[in-house]
Amino acid sequence: MLGGKGIKLRIQGVCKTFNGRRNDVEALQATSFEVQEGEFVTILGPSGCGKSTILRIVAGLTEPTAGRVLLDGREIKGPGPDRGMVFQSYTLFPWLTVRRNIEFGLELRGVPAAERHAISQHYIELVGLKGFEEAYPVSLSGGMKQRVAIARALANDPEILLMDEPFGALDAQTRLIMQEILLKVWEESRKTILFVTHDVEEAVFLSDTVHVMTARPGQIKETVQINLPRPRTYEMKDEPEFLRLKKRLLDLIRAESLKAV
Amino acid sequence: MLLRQDISKSLYSGLGAAHFALLFAIWSLLAYGHLVPASLLPTPGEVARTAIEMIQDGSLVEHALVSTFRVTSGFLISAVIAVPLGILMGTWKWALGFFEPMFGFVRYMPASAFIPLFILWLGLGEPEKIMVIFWGTFFQQVLMVMDVTKNVPLELIEVSYTLGAKGFSVFNRVIIPASLPGIVDTLRITFGWAWTYLVVAEIVGASSGLGYAIMHAARFGHTGKIFVCILTIGLLGMITDLIFKFIYNVLFAYQRRGT
Repeated sequence: MLGGKGIKLRIQGVCKTFNGRRNDVEALQATSFEVQEGEFVTILGPSGCGKSTILRIVAGLTEPTAGRVLLDGREIKGPGPDRGMVFQSYTLFPWLTVRRNIEFGLELRGVPAAERHAISQHYIELVGLKGFEEAYPVSLSGGMKQRVAIARALANDPEILLMDEPFGALDAQTRLIMQEILLKVWEESRKTILFVTHDVEEAVFLSDTVHVMTARPGQIKETVQINLPRPRTYEMKDEPEFLRLKKRLLDLIRAESLKAV
Repeated sequence: MLLRQDISKSLYSGLGAAHFALLFAIWSLLAYGHLVPASLLPTPGEVARTAIEMIQDGSLVEHALVSTFRVTSGFLISAVIAVPLGILMGTWKWALGFFEPMFGFVRYMPASAFIPLFILWLGLGEPEKIMVIFWGTFFQQVLMVMDVTKNVPLELIEVSYTLGAKGFSVFNRVIIPASLPGIVDTLRITFGWAWTYLVVAEIVGASSGLGYAIMHAARFGHTGKIFVCILTIGLLGMITDLIFKFIYNVLFAYQRRGT
């Protein structure tokens, strides 16, 4: 399902060592991979394997110890609106309504009110939050908050969407529904997505490509292509090919999780 | 009787009223029963009579106005400096490194100990009184505002970066709105403290104000007047507290569900 439109993101020899008080901690060994335009790429790994570190380096929120990241051929320096991000923790601005949260980036860029309104309305409907435009985050459920966070990132029209375990704080049922909503949104927008998770089924269900990481210090252990047809539906989770891929990733990650325990 | 279990609203306010009633009953018993000499503890009736007298001759209102002016001036001057500086210290490590050690040091010097110096430097007029209140309020205030700002979740700042915020717009659109509820709460609490420094400021070299009135009444053994002035300060403090709480609820309605 690759767009074949070329390489969007290049991660070249990126590594990260955190300087501790006593000793330095190597979080990420030199890692390189590429993300095609319009591709859904997932980094799958046990906790503490440095997968979020990769995402934060791409976002420009963490500086790599060595290596570089190229977006559309340009090296990234610091954070910017061309790389939208959805965090695991709830990061809506509590003093803004759903609509104003979604319009946050547009307001910063000085987009005229009427245009802002049209864009936010589109994304509010896309993530199924019609009727909640004027609600404040405090009255939203966890799943709704993350849908607003996704809409807010997309409304800003980034080149790539970075998602750091965005459904990690949600209960199992909500999580499944959010995965379907995300797929629907992705199929509509065709954004390039770099997604981080430790959930194997989530990785298979969503992705075109899955990079499995080793335990800390992390590096890519194996890359698995997920050639399941799209659009994907939850019924596919029972199909032999889905189960085979899931088993394969589980085997890979289990070996790493055992090392990390 | 589980700990922290909620009780009904009426029971809650009933308990508060009961406390006032109990205290009043003990006071009445001690004073009317002549268990404590009248020169030390006036009766509630005596206090009420004194209050009416002081209201009628205008002295209570005058003292209260003078005191309110001093407290408000000292507090506002402090807030105008402490709020921006506290925000800066909570966000920018350079400012934190420069200011915090000194403020943390000065904070432990009692404001009242500076009064002789302030009198030498500023004389006995209003600036000296306002300075005492400022000095008593500022250092606590700036450190509390700093703490509020420090506690703005880093993710909120980071997500604003990924949405295109930078430089001043991060302050403007994230750090300040995120800190505002905590700042208003800090102002409410420190305004209460400013009232406590008022009496200290008015005890020395004042010729008006509630603190002065208390000292003056003590010299002539008018315990009734002392009671009236203390109760007035308590009342004024409570009113300002309610005003702040009202402002808080109006400004930060978004924190409540169902809005």
